[in-house]
Amino acid sequence: MTSTLSTPTRVRGVVGESTPRPDGVPKVKGEFAYASDLWRDDMLHGATLRSPHPHARILGIDTSQALTIAGVHAVLTAADVPAGARFGLMRRDQPPLATDRVRFAGEAIAIVAADDIDRAREALRAIRVEYEPLPAVTDPIAALAPEAVLVHDGENVIDEVQVLHGDARAVAPVVVTGEYEVGMQDQAALGPEAGLAVPDDDGGVTLHVATQWLHEDLGQIAPCIGLPMEKVRLVLAGVGGAFGAREDVTLQIHACLLALRTGRAVRMTYGREESFYGHVHRHPARLFYEHGARPDGTLVYVRATIVLDGGAYASSSPAVVANAGCFAAGPYRVENALVRCVGAYTNNPPTGAMRGFGAVQSCFAYEAQMDRLAAACGIDPVAIRARNGLVEGDRVITDQPLIGSAPVAELVARIAAAPLPAERSSDPLELPGGAGNLTHGEDVVRGVGYAVGFKNVCYSQGFDDFATARVRVLRDEDGPVVRVHTAAAEVGQGLVTICQQIARTEVGIERVELDRADTSIGSAGSSSASRQTWMTGGAVQAACREARAELEARAAGHGGTLGTIDIQDLLEAPIDRTVTHRHRPTEERTTYMQDHGHVAFLLAAHRAVVDVDTGTGLVKVVQVATAQDVGKAINPLAVIGQIEGGIAQGLGLAVMEELVVRDGLVHNASFTDYLLPTILDMPPVLADLVEHPHPDAPYGAKGVGEPPAISSTPAIVAAIRSATGRALSRVPVRPDDILGLSDGGPSAAAWRIVPGEDPRKAVRA
Amino acid sequence: MNELRLVVNGVERRTEARDGESLMTVLRERLALPGSKNACEQGECGSCSVLLDDALVCSCLVLAAAAHGRDVRTVESLGSAGELHPVQRAFVEAGAVQCGFCTPGLVVATVALLRDNPEPTDIEIREALSGNLCRCTGYGTILEAVHRAAREMYAG
Repeated sequence: MTSTLSTPTRVRGVVGESTPRPDGVPKVKGEFAYASDLWRDDMLHGATLRSPHPHARILGIDTSQALTIAGVHAVLTAADVPAGARFGLMRRDQPPLATDRVRFAGEAIAIVAADDIDRAREALRAIRVEYEPLPAVTDPIAALAPEAVLVHDGENVIDEVQVLHGDARAVAPVVVTGEYEVGMQDQAALGPEAGLAVPDDDGGVTLHVATQWLHEDLGQIAPCIGLPMEKVRLVLAGVGGAFGAREDVTLQIHACLLALRTGRAVRMTYGREESFYGHVHRHPARLFYEHGARPDGTLVYVRATIVLDGGAYASSSPAVVANAGCFAAGPYRVENALVRCVGAYTNNPPTGAMRGFGAVQSCFAYEAQMDRLAAACGIDPVAIRARNGLVEGDRVITDQPLIGSAPVAELVARIAAAPLPAERSSDPLELPGGAGNLTHGEDVVRGVGYAVGFKNVCYSQGFDDFATARVRVLRDEDGPVVRVHTAAAEVGQGLVTICQQIARTEVGIERVELDRADTSIGSAGSSSASRQTWMTGGAVQAACREARAELEARAAGHGGTLGTIDIQDLLEAPIDRTVTHRHRPTEERTTYMQDHGHVAFLLAAHRAVVDVDTGTGLVKVVQVATAQDVGKAINPLAVIGQIEGGIAQGLGLAVMEELVVRDGLVHNASFTDYLLPTILDMPPVLADLVEHPHPDAPYGAKGVGEPPAISSTPAIVAAIRSATGRALSRVPVRPDDILGLSDGGPSAAAWRIVPGEDPRKAVRA
Repeated sequence: MNELRLVVNGVERRTEARDGESLMTVLRERLALPGSKNACEQGECGSCSVLLDDALVCSCLVLAAAAHGRDVRTVESLGSAGELHPVQRAFVEAGAVQCGFCTPGLVVATVALLRDNPEPTDIEIREALSGNLCRCTGYGTILEAVHRAAREMYAG
């Protein structure tokens, strides 16, 4: 038997291979230019003055003293912004600089450009702002009451959805209820927000920036700086992680305003504290659930009311609200569902996109409910998930059938069969408390928990979702080369490698070079919603196939085939193809969300093993096993990296990470006080990649980025419950919750809401 | 402004620094060595790790004045023009690099670890690198990269 794979002409680094990333070498050498590394000898440094109040009227701003400081070149306020300018991802509701009112602590009020950052900060201190503090609304359920303080004109509802599937009043012999809370998680990308704005000779501006979506930024920036779109150019600078936080505009408009005013290049770089104030966070959630089932655990109904805290500005809240509602029952067959989900404006920091995007919040609640149901029915957590898990063709509660996904029962069976970790260690470093040397294991108990989660891939509900790719095939002194140009943001996820692998596979040329992402080509959409492999990958694949067809035609013109003619000889003239790729249209949101609003679903299951010290309330996650339907692992090593990284963020939400906000004020805006998982906190991961291809996706590959961050959190909390017997209905779980020093439940003012009812009818408990 | 003299990556450099300025700021903003990263500026994340007289430090926590007259080695000193340091190569090959913002600090910390401990166990690696935050990888591939580098540097 012969193998074509071993021939010397084999192209390496194709689809399906664990190929190293092209930016790996500059990154390990410290040569990769992140946005905060950008430098011009003549550049100015920008800085931002932010509100200390969660809600206040601005009575006056005096910048005169700041302007007298030597080396200060500009001090701008709302008066320097085009009248009425507003930005925002899904709703233009935020002024670039606060006008007459600030709506959250941290809102930008003034910006400064100076010769160096110290002078810029000195100028900030010299700006005098006179505030009249106003009552703030910081509880999202209280914000829905008729007498609530209004954050904007009109009611405090950003958006709401209702899912009605089957019988809203279905009854069942076994009923479990629960009330859950998810705290505010931060994306905490290590690279701080940064950008360099450079004025152009034509009166326009070029912004080099770390972002997730160049074209969306462009559309928001241009009207806020008073320029037509064609005079604003964006270039992707090196991005130090994103996770949703770079989907919104932060310093983009400010840097451009300062550059245009001073006629100089202006760099802005947030420090870590400012980063916590400058970008949106994950929506905190309150979730009220009721599940009904037959005695054998078969689901009869799910009813839920979910309230998300959108903070002071809308950002992507409408889509997060829709997601939390759509996925509220989990990846289970349930004939009757009634779900209400509302996103509220408050005077808390704005919230928006973070990995998992609404599905994270619901999953924490519905998976806790499934365990309660299993206990009530006397069956185990694996069995109840296998029994109710969706299979191909089953309809989710929004009536859309599950297509192109592995059965939930298979994923659950795989995690249940994964090997368990060794017995408890006696090394204090491997026990709860770790390097603190807090135990030798005397009060340590072990628990195991399971969870399953799901989410949409790509944009949903009628959004015109597309990606553009330009592919050129040419030859130079080093031989044939494929050049790929897109506007897609490489944020660390490895899209650059995927694009190379697809081009090599489709064109058959190993040397693939990538042009820098910018707005000189059509939009690629955002690096979010786990969508770039499907969308930009699909566009690159389509453009490469056109180029390959042209190569074949040229070969035929020479009287041969690509097998008989050297590709070099076919490239006298380069081949140049640009393709815009769209996924199949989705249906728009209907009144009761009974629609085919999504392209496809992503599924994963997690099993967590934890050790809990019942003396200190500390948790050590010992192992996480996962089975994830990836469709096709285009780059298995990169898929593992996404899975392990997503689980680390899920672990953070489970037991470590919360941006603590009280009365609208952030209390822990630093890496000293906002705890991220370290290498000592992160356990070994057993990852089982299930390749159940989706018929519409390039190579069948579904997105992989988000599912690891969805069901890992509830699996870990389930394991802590099983170890301790505590109810634990709030994340992150704190030591006090485990020790019984708190009730382990929602900490905010308690509310009574009938699950499925309008949260406006909530009453104080 | 204070005059400052350092040996950086084997070369004597003369520059200046404001009162209270960190070594990290001097490296990044005055000496055009941005490989040491500015992720927390509080000594919590290790992204700005350098060797100061061979000791692993967070350059954001070292006052520039305290580094006067001393020897500083940054990530830019590792490997050579044509060849990566084995630790750098292992990070690329093991898939331990995603966004890469933590990577220079982790590479420097790993070089320091393997200098002192040629055959670290998992838990020794975890302890040694617990001051380096990574938000992308979940650390599994980093653990693998350190083992891979140790094998390459010290195995027969």
